[in-house]
Order: sequence, then C-alpha cells, then structure tokens
Amino acid sequence: MSATAIDPRTLPGETGMVEPRRLAWLPFSPWHLLLFPMALVMLVPLVWMVVTSLETLNQTRHFPPILWPGAFQWSNYPAALRSAPFGRWFWNTTVVTCVVVASNLLLCSLAAYAFARMEFLGKKVVYFLLLATLMVPLQVILIPTFLIVKQLGLVNHLGALIVPNLANVFGIFMLTQFFRTLPIELEEAARIDGAGRLKIFFTIVVPLSTAALATLAVIQFMWTWNDFLWPLVTIFNEQAYTLQLGLQSFQGSHTTEWNLLMAGNVMSMIPMLVLFVVAQRWFVRGIATQGLKG
Amino acid sequence: MANVAFDHVHKVYPGPTVAVEDLTLDVGDGEFLILVGPSGCGKSTALRMVAGLEKISSGTVCVDGRPINDVPPKDRDIAMVFQNYALYPHMTVERNLAFGLRQRKTPRAEIARRVGEVSATLGLEELMKRRPGQLSGGQRQRVAMGRALVREPKAFLLDEPLSNLDAKLRVQMRAELKKLHHRLGVTTIYVTHDQVEAMTLGERIAVMSAGRLQQIGVPQDVYDRPANVFVAGFIGSPPMNLFQGSAAEGTVRVGSFAFARTGVRDGPVTVGVRPEAFRPAADDADGRPRIEALIDVVEPLGDEVLVHGTVDARAAQSGAEEEDAMLLADTGTRAAVTVRLDPGMRPEPGERMPLVAEPSAIHLFDVERGVRLS
Repeated sequence: MSATAIDPRTLPGETGMVEPRRLAWLPFSPWHLLLFPMALVMLVPLVWMVVTSLETLNQTRHFPPILWPGAFQWSNYPAALRSAPFGRWFWNTTVVTCVVVASNLLLCSLAAYAFARMEFLGKKVVYFLLLATLMVPLQVILIPTFLIVKQLGLVNHLGALIVPNLANVFGIFMLTQFFRTLPIELEEAARIDGAGRLKIFFTIVVPLSTAALATLAVIQFMWTWNDFLWPLVTIFNEQAYTLQLGLQSFQGSHTTEWNLLMAGNVMSMIPMLVLFVVAQRWFVRGIATQGLKG
Repeated sequence: MANVAFDHVHKVYPGPTVAVEDLTLDVGDGEFLILVGPSGCGKSTALRMVAGLEKISSGTVCVDGRPINDVPPKDRDIAMVFQNYALYPHMTVERNLAFGLRQRKTPRAEIARRVGEVSATLGLEELMKRRPGQLSGGQRQRVAMGRALVREPKAFLLDEPLSNLDAKLRVQMRAELKKLHHRLGVTTIYVTHDQVEAMTLGERIAVMSAGRLQQIGVPQDVYDRPANVFVAGFIGSPPMNLFQGSAAEGTVRVGSFAFARTGVRDGPVTVGVRPEAFRPAADDADGRPRIEALIDVVEPLGDEVLVHGTVDARAAQSGAEEEDAMLLADTGTRAAVTVRLDPGMRPEPGERMPLVAEPSAIHLFDVERGVRLS
C-alpha cells in the first residue's frame, strides 16, 4: 500500500464497510440535520434549569427569559442548602433508592430466573397475571396501596417508600426475557460440573447478565430517585421528605423562588448523572455468547 | 471408568413425542461407542439421559450396574462436552478447567495438579489466563475437552464436539480424540450425525433412527452387512445405491440388470449396491448382465472419481435421504446412481457407461420391513 493511502476506518464516522454515497458537500450524514435540532430541543430545558439556578430572583422573572445572566449567582447553591434541610432529604432519598435498587436487583432476578428456567405448576398463569399488573396505572392502586401501607404502620416513614417497591414487575419481565436468551448449555455444563441451582444462578447467570442488571439498576434508580406522587401521598413529616418532595416546598402558594428551586434541582440531578456515566460501560453488549462455538 | 447400560429406555415428551423408544444398549468399560443417526433421531436425547439433563420416561440407565435414573447430574460422576462447548465466558481458561473440581470441594493443591496435567496434555499452558472469547475455535474445543478430562470422570459424553470446527481441523481433532482415548481408556459415548466420524472413531457404532436403535456393531461390519435399508442408506459416503427390484425363480432383476440369488422369496425386493461395488463393464463383457448408466456429473477427487448418473430402474427409499440435499427436481422414471471409479478413469457427462457388479457385493432388503435378506 502506498504511503498516501488512507484507511477509511480512520475517518470520523466510518465503519470500514462500504456505505452508500453521502451528499458530497456534507461532512456528516444528512440524518444529523434532523437529529441535531431534536437533540437541541431535548437539551434546552436542562440548560435553562442550570442557567436559572445561577440567576437572581428578578432575572428569573424576566420575560423573555434571560439565557445569559452575565454575573453568575453561585451563592444560590449555599442559599438553597441553608433554606431547607437538604442534607436530610438527600440522605432519605439515598437510603430509599439504594435499598429499593438493591432489593429489586436481587428479588427481580431470582423471580425472573424461576420464570425463565424452572418448571412449576401455574407458571404461565402467574407470569401472565404479573404482566397484567403492568397495565394498571399507579393512580388506580394508589388508595388500596396506601391503605395497606397504613395497616403496616409505615405512613410518614421511609418504609412506606421502600416496602411497596421492593420488587417490580417490569424488572421481572425484563430479566426473564434476558435470561431466556442465555445459552442453556452453560447452566447444563455447570450442573454436570456439580453446581446447584443457587450456585449456578450466582456464579454463571448473574455474571453473564451484568448488562441487563445494570440497565435495570439505572432505570430503577431513576424511578425511585425522581418519584414524587407516592412520597407526596405517604409522607407528611418534613424530616422524612425525599428530595423531590422537599424541592416542592420551594414552590410557595404566592411566590416561588425559582433560582433556589433550580439550584436544588441541579443538585438532585447530580447523582443520576454520575450513575449514568459510571454504569455506561456495563451497557456494552453482554459477553454471554463468547464461550460458544468456534 | 465404568460401563454404561441402557435397559429398555424410553423418552417421551409431552405431546406426546417419542424421542427414544426401547433403547437397550451396553457400553463396555473403556469402550468408545458412537451413537450416530440423522438429526432428530434421539441420539442426543439418549446422551442427555445419561448425563441427567433429561428425565428417563421408562427403563433404566445403569453406570457400573447401579441405576442412575434418580441420581442428580452432579452425583453421576460423568463429564460432558457440548456441541457449542459451553465454556463459561466470564471465566479464564484456568477457572473454566477448575470449576468442576471446585464445586466438588477438591483441595487446592489437587486442583492445581490436575489442571496443570490436563493443560499440559492438551497444550493449553499458554492460554490459561485467557477467556473463551479470546480463543480460536480449535482452542475452545480443547478447553472444553480439558474441562471434562480434569474431572477424571467414570465416563465421557461427547455431543457432536467436532461439528463446529472447519473441515481440516475436524480431521486433525478426530485423530487427536482417538489418541486421547487410547491413552486414557475412559468409557466414551460420542454422538454424531457425521458417519465418517462414526466409522473412523468408534470401536462400535450404534445407528439410530426415529428414536430406535437400528444396528450396533463394529464399524466395518455395519458397513459390510447393514441390518436394514435405513442403515444401508445412512452409513457410507456417498451412500449405497438403492433400487426397486424383483425376485423370481432364483434370479433378481433391476431394470435390465439381473443376477442369481437363491433363498429369496419371489416378489418385490430392495436391491442395494455400494458405489465401489459397481465396475464399468469391458466392451467384450463375458455376457454377464449389465446396467447402463447415463452420466450426469463427474467429480474427480484425486484418489478416486465419483460419477453421478441415472440408470433405467426405479429408486428405492431408505429413509436416510436428506431432503434438503435435493437441488434439482427428481428425474422421475430413472433412478439416480453413484459409482466410485479409479482415479485414472475420466468418463464424460452425457456418456453411457455399462456397469456390472459382483453378485456377492449386492445387498437385498425386504420391501415391507426393510430388513436385510440372506
């Protein structure tokens, strides 16, 4: 190959495969003309939130909105922290979210494994009923669930946010579908090698399912961290507030301190961003099929 | 080491689908037995019943005289190599090899010793820290074998272990497997649909079809004296030519071809001739009846020449034909014939070639039941 030859894979956006010719004058795929504005639409609220959190209260009330405040009011952040028991709420939310995510990973995966791999009486019926509950919106079961939680004496207690969410059907469904795609021979080989059910589950199935488990963890984390309606119904005591509930207290009946509210929002978003960045490497394609074939 | 015995074993799936029907088979201590048959014949199911991965519907499987029907797989002391190897993808080769021993609470030093021995035997030392995803097909195959060997089990079960390798590697691994068995002498049951593997590897082969054992014996015997028309059509590559013939007064006729055979009841009969049993008839033939083949395709293979054509006769079915192998529609009235010739001969397509066959090399089968006559 001559010295001037360029490997097409070194060009940005090239896969090395022969692809249809692009519009010659565009340095990128024409699809980007559509996708870029769409991404912008998604980003604007986020940017606006960050900008508002750095403005004075007067600037936030200006119309049209000021998108470049000039002087950044970094003091909004300590002010927001001082004006409410933020630390307490952060701790509450962290406890609830961590317990719920951990229990979902454990309970959903165990249940999903049973549905995916074991035979028992009424398996299909139970699975169908579980899936059917996915179609019932939260609003419908809000009051019955509240009554149960009340019976358990958990109202106004973090337990009210944890116990009803220890496992969720979506997680069971998602993991069942994933476990079904795992090659059964791996488990058969482990059985012949002398491993029991639980051993197979924890040493073979779980390590091969990190991608699915990480996905579930992130989704569950997001749901729990951002949950507002259920805490609103069950928690009245400010000491047991979660972040989302607490942030609402910035919204007074007459005035709202938008800059402080947005500062609080930005802070409440940080753990989720961190989790997303950390968990991203787990999302890469699972390695489950690499031990097979030649 | 141990012997493995099937005693009237049935396997019925809900449906009901009969996967294995009345299988009675004895695998001797240290024997290399091949279970061979077309896909769906029940051979893998039979193997999986020995491993404990399938429940036995009725009958008994014994290892060393002890029934194992209700013994869980981990307590059977049997190792299995899967068609797709089933290596644990998240573990290194070393941990893959040691997994079974660890489950059995083998002392660390013992695990290290055995893993070391097996990796030396199979040439895996360089690969110990790699994961299955970083290995080639042949290396994965060796690790899968190693994982079975390291356990020093009573019996090996191999489920089409070579079918995922390319043709050249498969031939090499076949020889390696045979050597390995000679060295270790462990009772081995080997499932394959490849009858070349069956012929070359096995001390005995058991031919299965539709869940039933068709014939069991030394490979050459099965080849020379197929018990029924299915075995005749299945064992041998290319397979035996099968024609519809008729017997009358001590003479069997297939189209214009005729030969004497006593002890055959008058009436229709299935006639089988191996490709190598046909010879081109010399021009000044000694008056022996011949059959004329119209040549379609000539395949020079270097050490032999395969000639495919048709003869003026009607084809008989063995039940072992691969339907998918049909590319062109059946020619109808004429029967397909395959002839194996010496490498020096090179007939042309379209040519007519008179063929003769030694009467003693011709097999006769009952039309109704398919069983061998004489």
